[in-house]
Amino acid sequence: MNFFKNLHITNTVNVSVFCAIILSLILAILLLWFAGAPPLETGKLLIEGSLGSPARFSNTSMVWVPLALASASLIVTFSAGLWNIGVEGQIIVGAIFASFIARELDAPPPLLWSAMIMAGALGGMFWGGLTGILRIKGKVNEIFGGLGLTFVATGIVIYLVIGPWKRAGIASTSGTAPFDSKAWFPTIMDLRISPLAILLALASLWLVYYLLKQSKFGLELRATGNNSSSASRLGVRTERNLMLAFLLGGILAGIAGTVQVGAMHHKLVPSIAGGYGYLAILVVLLGNFKSFHSGLISFFFAMIAVGSVQWQLKLDLHSSLGGVTQGILVLVTLVVTAIFTQLQRKRKI
Amino acid sequence: MTLELDRINKHFGDIFANNNVSLSIDFGEIHGLLGENGAGKSTLVKILSGFFEKEAGEIKLDGQSLNFNSPKDSIDCGIGILHQEPMVFLPFSVLDNFLIGSTDQFLLPRKNALNQFKEICTKFDFDLDPDDPVSSLTIGQRQQLEISRLLWLDPRVLIFDEPTNAISPMQREKLFTTIRQLAAEGMSVIFVSHKLEEIASICDSVTVLRKGKVAGSKRLPCPENELIELMFGKSFPSKEIQNVQKGGIQLSVSKLKSIEDHESIEVTTFEIRQGEIVGIAGIEGAGQKTFLRAIAGRNSPESGIIILGQNLLTGSNYHQRQEKGLYYMPADRLGEGLISGLTITEHIALVDSQNRNQIIDWPLNYLRANELIAQFQIQGTPESKPESLSGGNQQRLMFALMPIDAGTILLEHPTRGLDIESANWIWSQLLNMRKNDCSIIFSSSDFEELLSYSDRIIVCFSGQIVGEFEKGNFNPEHIISLMSGAKI
Repeated sequence: MNFFKNLHITNTVNVSVFCAIILSLILAILLLWFAGAPPLETGKLLIEGSLGSPARFSNTSMVWVPLALASASLIVTFSAGLWNIGVEGQIIVGAIFASFIARELDAPPPLLWSAMIMAGALGGMFWGGLTGILRIKGKVNEIFGGLGLTFVATGIVIYLVIGPWKRAGIASTSGTAPFDSKAWFPTIMDLRISPLAILLALASLWLVYYLLKQSKFGLELRATGNNSSSASRLGVRTERNLMLAFLLGGILAGIAGTVQVGAMHHKLVPSIAGGYGYLAILVVLLGNFKSFHSGLISFFFAMIAVGSVQWQLKLDLHSSLGGVTQGILVLVTLVVTAIFTQLQRKRKI
Repeated sequence: MTLELDRINKHFGDIFANNNVSLSIDFGEIHGLLGENGAGKSTLVKILSGFFEKEAGEIKLDGQSLNFNSPKDSIDCGIGILHQEPMVFLPFSVLDNFLIGSTDQFLLPRKNALNQFKEICTKFDFDLDPDDPVSSLTIGQRQQLEISRLLWLDPRVLIFDEPTNAISPMQREKLFTTIRQLAAEGMSVIFVSHKLEEIASICDSVTVLRKGKVAGSKRLPCPENELIELMFGKSFPSKEIQNVQKGGIQLSVSKLKSIEDHESIEVTTFEIRQGEIVGIAGIEGAGQKTFLRAIAGRNSPESGIIILGQNLLTGSNYHQRQEKGLYYMPADRLGEGLISGLTITEHIALVDSQNRNQIIDWPLNYLRANELIAQFQIQGTPESKPESLSGGNQQRLMFALMPIDAGTILLEHPTRGLDIESANWIWSQLLNMRKNDCSIIFSSSDFEELLSYSDRIIVCFSGQIVGEFEKGNFNPEHIISLMSGAKI
């Protein structure tokens, strides 16, 4: 009997997600249409613009990498019931740490890359850990702690770019001097795509999936996230788990920052996190906190981000329409899912 | 004018929260609604305030049948509710809060409202400044604001839902004066509480709920013993429980002092032997919950020494005590017992302390879940989540998750809200464990349970242990009068 009850619930979730996607596509098309864009043409441009050539595909992939990493980070903390809004700041600090190694360490490239990744991970972990300490020891909600620390990180990065790490002779917010090319992550031919970065993102998504599904730690995290007082009564050390979630989330975000400096910009720039930390929140909400789904949705979002540039070039649409489309997708999905849940609760009572 | 409730029914899962509840309240009457937690008071209040829909029965005001689908409907019908926690909007001013819900007009009638507000404040002697931010008010003042707001909506019935939980004794006196004043003007008042002395001091009559049903109604004043008997059920043991040879001292507590959520307890000495069952009698809030949680390590006592076997527990945390064989089962099964959203299999993997391996063997845990479901007769599958289980099955699952080596078990209301079959099953499990020298301390709101299963009963009143009875010397009348605070 209960088995069927559960089955029924899963069905409703699928139906609601399906309805949401159809509805949001209709809304997006309507919106584009009102903005003066022929719907078919915009769709075609989006796909061509993001996947149409090896160069475009590699651009899309390189937007996907930090987004997927930030999503993996958020899945960890969301599972523990945390609204870890501070991922953006953790990406920045990861980028700063990795930049430090790239600038200061003289080593053969593979060693240098590994050192950068480790330093970036350490930086993200440090910043995530600070949010964790504020939350667990100081009872500061992680939303405020995370946002505050993101402001601090932004301040530090601007200080570094126009201060101690400025280009010789020029203090400009366009970034530090480019790293020595030894510190650049290798790419395939002249394209921007970096196999190492792709590998890091795929491995992180898989690691998070595996941890949450198969490990005792993942189960304890989910238990803590769903009901920490019951979890504690059943023997789970909830505070330790929350801290570990912050640290692991920080590591993944820090790696995203490393990729941003090592594979994308090859220098530290003020906007190094690129808003991926915030965009990833939308991704995991839409992906229902699942690694595989979030990986796919990250790619779709990356397609919109890269492909919508063509809308501006070819159709003279404003570039912000891409972001608007992403927002509509998430909002509509959340609203529709909430309505379905409400309906179901009503039916139960 | 009268408010009449006629055979109101509401159930959740297979448990009736309200089972044919009928009562009637006269014009100008203060009517108490008394009962322990889980007796059905909140459900009834939520039906009256439009949060829940009743399944059967009728609500009549002045002979006219009322039907509501939302809190707004209930207000429009003339029923106002003062909730446990005053529902105010903190960043707003007093006057803004006063205006909320008062009008359907687009523009707020501020001037008019201000005059009305001042009038009400003068009449009831409320000390409120309309321009103050609500966040600067005490809980008692927020209640006064909420009462003024409700009065402006011109209700004919006012319901006070456990209004004294968070206010000082002085504010309570003020509140009671206001309530009496309202009743004198012809308002019907329903005063919901689990505190006997409050009901006795303010109400004209009282209806006692127990296990979702009306246990009885009384005109007040009447002897408190009669009310306790209605709340806790008939006071005779109905079961013959086999005696068990008791061992040495299992747990001892001395000079314990603890307070949690306004509920305090002070215990000079308390001991329990191996294989002994101690029942704690007391009205909700008398300290029994804080006592059990202090022993379990779920709150931090101000002082006290707790010794389990050879181990000093003072200063150790809940998890360390759990490793020493102490186990705590809370009354709030979904709040602190089980984890909504995780399946039975996941619960079992979570508490599996045998397996030190970090990687979970899901097929194995699935099989174990199936075994435990059969062994503990849980109506569910390994995929079921606790929120989809009935109370009885939730309690069975909590037992299934208990480590087999638990030597001392602390339970709050082990059978509250359960059907008879589940209740009997729970006790058969506990009695079996007691045969293996397990010590059991439980609190209960059910006389039959207390008198049937306890080897010893201690009585709590107002944060103190005021009486102790050995099996064979149980004296229900005496226990009842101690629970109500009588000095004997």
